[in-house]
Amino acid sequence: MKRRHLLATAALGLSMAFGGAAMAQDKTKACFVYVGPIGDGGWTYQHHQGALDVQKAFGDKVEIAWQENVPEGADAERVLTQMALGGCNIIFTTSFGYMDATNAVAAKFPNVKFEHATGFKREHPNVSTYNARFYEGRAVQGTIAGRMTKSNKIGYIGSFPIPEVVMGINSYYLHAKKVNPNVELTVVWAFTWFDPAKEADAAKAMIEQGVDVIASHTDSTAPLAEAAKAGGKVIGFGQASDMSEYKPSPRVSSIIDNWGPYYVKRVGALMDGSYQQADAWEGIAGGEVLIGDITEAVPAEVKAEAEKLRDDIAAGTYHPFTGPIKKQDGSDWLAEGATAPDGDLLGMNFYVEGITGDIPK
Amino acid sequence: MLKLEKRPSPSVMWSRATPVLAVALTMVAGGIMFAVLGKNPFEAIRTIFWDPLFGEFAFYLRGQLLVKAGPLILIAVGLSLGFRAGIWNIGAEGQYIMGAICGAALGLAVFPTENRLIFPAMVVAGALGGWAWAMIPAVLKTRFNTNEILVSLMLVYVAQTVLAMASTGFLRNPEGMGFPGSRNFSGYAAARNGFLWEGAGLHWGGVMALATVVAAYVLLQRHMLGFQIKLSGQAPRAARYAGVQPDRLVMLCMGVAGALAGMAGLFEVTGPAGQISIDFNSGYGFTAIIVAFLGRLNPVGILFAGLLMALTYIGGEMASTNLGLPSAAIQAFQGMLLFFLLACDLLTNFRIRLAKKGEAR
Repeated sequence: MKRRHLLATAALGLSMAFGGAAMAQDKTKACFVYVGPIGDGGWTYQHHQGALDVQKAFGDKVEIAWQENVPEGADAERVLTQMALGGCNIIFTTSFGYMDATNAVAAKFPNVKFEHATGFKREHPNVSTYNARFYEGRAVQGTIAGRMTKSNKIGYIGSFPIPEVVMGINSYYLHAKKVNPNVELTVVWAFTWFDPAKEADAAKAMIEQGVDVIASHTDSTAPLAEAAKAGGKVIGFGQASDMSEYKPSPRVSSIIDNWGPYYVKRVGALMDGSYQQADAWEGIAGGEVLIGDITEAVPAEVKAEAEKLRDDIAAGTYHPFTGPIKKQDGSDWLAEGATAPDGDLLGMNFYVEGITGDIPK
Repeated sequence: MLKLEKRPSPSVMWSRATPVLAVALTMVAGGIMFAVLGKNPFEAIRTIFWDPLFGEFAFYLRGQLLVKAGPLILIAVGLSLGFRAGIWNIGAEGQYIMGAICGAALGLAVFPTENRLIFPAMVVAGALGGWAWAMIPAVLKTRFNTNEILVSLMLVYVAQTVLAMASTGFLRNPEGMGFPGSRNFSGYAAARNGFLWEGAGLHWGGVMALATVVAAYVLLQRHMLGFQIKLSGQAPRAARYAGVQPDRLVMLCMGVAGALAGMAGLFEVTGPAGQISIDFNSGYGFTAIIVAFLGRLNPVGILFAGLLMALTYIGGEMASTNLGLPSAAIQAFQGMLLFFLLACDLLTNFRIRLAKKGEAR
């Protein structure tokens, strides 16, 4: 107990000394921690575009700094501490695995604001969380997949079996099923966010099984490259970035992560003093989830149907998880007309009825 | 014309000098690379090598140096014993993972009991986990004469899959809302591997690394077994005549390396990393191979090599955040270090001479 007290005191001293120094400068420093390389597309690239939007929006008044390829775990805590010591006023940690590190460092630097993407822990008043409702985009993809498949076999490359991904799979399947009751879904778990070789293997295995529409929750263009090799028989979607180089086919549409509006809003709030702890979860309506151009490879009526779904979601007249929906085991989840509460979605660890296979436990 | 001539025996002078020469050449070549990237090379080199030790935030970063170097040294010393005897354990990463899983499983099984014996018992369990994983390639080699390089390396991928299973299944935090990852040991005093004193950067893993360096030094200099290890590497035939049992040596070297790697994993999971998570391993097992060679397979050399490697990581992070260097440039810089070391090693076994014209070959 005594030791812990000592620790807290020392940490406080540390942060007072440096928090104070950071406050004195007139520029606001926004820092970003990336899990992968920025590269030319994908999850990290999109976050970096958001960071650049912050620079564009505020010009000389802000300074941005970032660190790529920060492993989730012990290294993240060090990088965050270095950033906080180095005068960052607000730090965006852009991967789920930074959750504990973000909260641990936030405890030591009460004057620095921390924003953790896709997490749920806000243990200190200076920690906020934010995420995007990607499942809304999956509904649009599912509709296209259900209409476009000829073999009635559609696939999904899962990254990790976390609620975020499971809800994407469920949304994709439900909407494919809605327009095509015969559809079957194959899920392959890659256990990575970015590994072109593994993603290509997953896509290859699915194509061999007759799958002709592949959606992926991993970041690389490898699944699209594999689809392209199938000679026009297999289509897929851009993930995180538009991946427009595979237009018009196999990439027939995409989900684009657009973090800029949120980053600009939060940094702006910090600058004008209106900043408050938040738990943000915006979707298509808020502009965080963009549906990339649906190409001419998709028939006009399917395109219109998908775009209408997108617009209904944006207008708030349709929720992708609207009952009746049963769980995989046949038990009831949502009653007729009921929509899924956010809490259910954020902890989602079950497939909906009709999906075969198990979520890895 | 230049000509390479084999030395009758390896040069002791060059064997000592090549690491220093390699570091110097890396600084020059790395400096040129940084300059081409448009950064001030002197500032970049200073940020990497000087700032973590003597810069503004050295009070924090020096401790972090020990955190990062500890597991590298612990694993590298174990590997070096085998490497000296010509036993190539490339799978320390897997042994590190299995050690962490076994030790953590023990701690989580007795959660939330508070008892002084829990942590030492976890260390033993971690060592056993790593040992057992290393015994697979060892037994296969001694029984069926399989290649330990391939088997131990392939087992890394198996271990990663077990890690994914553990963090999404049998070790998952029951209070984690379905998200993967175990309980965080930072909240469990009996199993926590905290710093010995606040800000020290030295935890039990660091202490164990130092003890191992001393033990390995004594073993190699003063003990019959050390002599046998060295002899087996230099003259396997002579070793057999001298009564060395090769199978016993394989089991021993693999076992020791596995146990040390397992312990390193346990110290990491209960300390800096805090929890078992899907990507808990951050490559210490592979980097340790570089450290072992950079340290000339000599325990004292490995101590310095581990610290140097840690310096390039931490300094590299600083250069990346503060100067905006892409992380790929930092990785290339670290790669250069190994490249120049291996290149300079040529001088240990060969000498360069000017070939006379018309000399018979």
